[in-house]
Amino acid sequence: MRVKLKQPSVLPGFGLTMGYTIFYLSVIVLIPLSAMFIRAGSMGPAEFWNVITAPRVMAAYRLTFGASLIAAVVNAFFGFIVAWVLVRYTFPGKRLVDAMVDLPFALPTAVSGIALVAIYSRNGLLGQYLEPMGIKVAYSPIGVTIALTFIGLPFVVRTLQPALEDLDVEVEEAATSLGASRFQTLRRIIVPTVLPAMLTGFSLAFARAVGEYGSVVFISGNMPMKTEIVPLLIISKLEQYDTAGATAIGVSMLVISFVILLAVNLLQWWVARRKRGA
Amino acid sequence: MSIEVRNITKHFGDFRALDDVNLSVPTGKLVALLGPSGSGKTTLLRIIAGLEQADSGSGSILFHEEDVANTHVRHRRVGFVFQHYALFRHMTVFENVAFGLRVRPRKSRPNRRDIADTVHELLRLVQLDMLAGRYPSQLSGGQRQRVALARALAVEPKMLLLDEPFGALDAKVRKELRSWLRRLHDELNVTSVFVTHDQDEALEVANQIVVMNRGRVEQIGTPDEVFHHPQTEFVMHFLGDVNAFHGRVIQGNVQFGSLKVPLLENRQQIVGDARVFIRPHDVTIDTKTNGLPAIEARVVRVHSAGPLVRVELLTSANQRLISEISQERFVTMNLQPDSKVYIRPRHIRVFADS
Repeated sequence: MRVKLKQPSVLPGFGLTMGYTIFYLSVIVLIPLSAMFIRAGSMGPAEFWNVITAPRVMAAYRLTFGASLIAAVVNAFFGFIVAWVLVRYTFPGKRLVDAMVDLPFALPTAVSGIALVAIYSRNGLLGQYLEPMGIKVAYSPIGVTIALTFIGLPFVVRTLQPALEDLDVEVEEAATSLGASRFQTLRRIIVPTVLPAMLTGFSLAFARAVGEYGSVVFISGNMPMKTEIVPLLIISKLEQYDTAGATAIGVSMLVISFVILLAVNLLQWWVARRKRGA
Repeated sequence: MSIEVRNITKHFGDFRALDDVNLSVPTGKLVALLGPSGSGKTTLLRIIAGLEQADSGSGSILFHEEDVANTHVRHRRVGFVFQHYALFRHMTVFENVAFGLRVRPRKSRPNRRDIADTVHELLRLVQLDMLAGRYPSQLSGGQRQRVALARALAVEPKMLLLDEPFGALDAKVRKELRSWLRRLHDELNVTSVFVTHDQDEALEVANQIVVMNRGRVEQIGTPDEVFHHPQTEFVMHFLGDVNAFHGRVIQGNVQFGSLKVPLLENRQQIVGDARVFIRPHDVTIDTKTNGLPAIEARVVRVHSAGPLVRVELLTSANQRLISEISQERFVTMNLQPDSKVYIRPRHIRVFADS
């Protein structure tokens, strides 16, 4: 049986663009990644397993994925509010606020790291009050989470904005005229409608956080077993000329990230399908 | 439940959307707000619903003689049907209709079974029970509009407000739906107000028509009253095609073209320059004078495809006008372009020239 690859159309373009897509993805993504797999494959399976399950590595996984997850959840919530304000209301300085959202994109991450340290360290602007209260932000997992939240915010806001613009005010008015409270409208109408976009923003922010290095190394203090993130661990392995170990951890991280992103994508596909009612 | 609108004014910035509007809708009536776009009809409807607020200190809205100025739209118990339906995209037809019942406070919320019964009953009423499990995107425009209506009815509203309910539908579905709405209203007898810019729709469906122009009410009356006895030039123009002439009133007669017609009793106050309007179906055509006074004209063009034949004419004084005659009469007279004819008005409306 012949499998049909695409719907026939009089407008040409599928062959050319699909060919280019495959070529481009191969050169940019697949070939470098497979090189990493080959490199890691130079180890025996037992040794590979030992490297990636060493206690220090496991602690780093927990911190990286845990902090990234918390940061992405926090961003999904507050990013929604920021996007809502930017879409629904006009106020003086709106463009300024809108531009500010992109700052974490534009700053070199090291700069954000230094800025966060300046605020949260013992002598910093906020740190001097927080630390006597027993809340240690700099050089602790909290600091890592804050840094990851900072760099992930634009992803959620920028993906939610178009979805919220798409949501007609009339729909909210309809809900209100039917007797729904503001909270009921939010929970039953607004959030379900923008949920696919929110999930996209969430997974982008999460993916970005998992890979973040620059801003975290300044604020985390990089204490093994405590505040050491996986990317840093990889760098330190490289600095000790343990390339195989570094790639092994890299491969494990790649697989975990891929599985998580795939799961989010499936969830999103399921939500979108439910909405369209296939 | 009756609706009373008293001295309502509304500005959007410098634009005056409503200018001292008064209106009363008796219980159980179906009222049309008719006017061109920008006449303020939708704004008025939204103010009645509570989705928009009138200018502060401008007047009041009364439901059953009770001021609702401080009642939030959520508690006004109005069923509002939006022009573009505003259905909840992520919910099925059933869930859309059930929404108003499910968001009730726990105390007054019916149980699952009662909700399901009510929803299915309403869906049967709008003839959509088969499609309860579909999503809005899988429905046609007319079906969506009916879902929106069922959803609004689910909360047992005291009144139904419809904003251009058939505005986004094609001509055939529109016609079906409006006679259906008429029947539905007769069955439910809930006080209803709908906005439209389509005079045929208003004339066919409503008990009472409110003609609006530039934020003001021009005339309120039954379809017969506003169609046959328009009180202003605007109403005359808006409720159908007209032929307009310049005329002069002299001693109780109005002169226009080569004709002199006595004024009706209620128009006696008009003096001097006047404007004379004749509806196309009130223009009779003859091929002979028959000795009676008439305006001479010649046929420019004939449109015979339709229930009536539309004849474009040019008078000897170079004025264009339109006449509508029956197919039968058209065949008997054997009209051709350039035929010479004599026209006479069956009925005229005269307004003072302002």
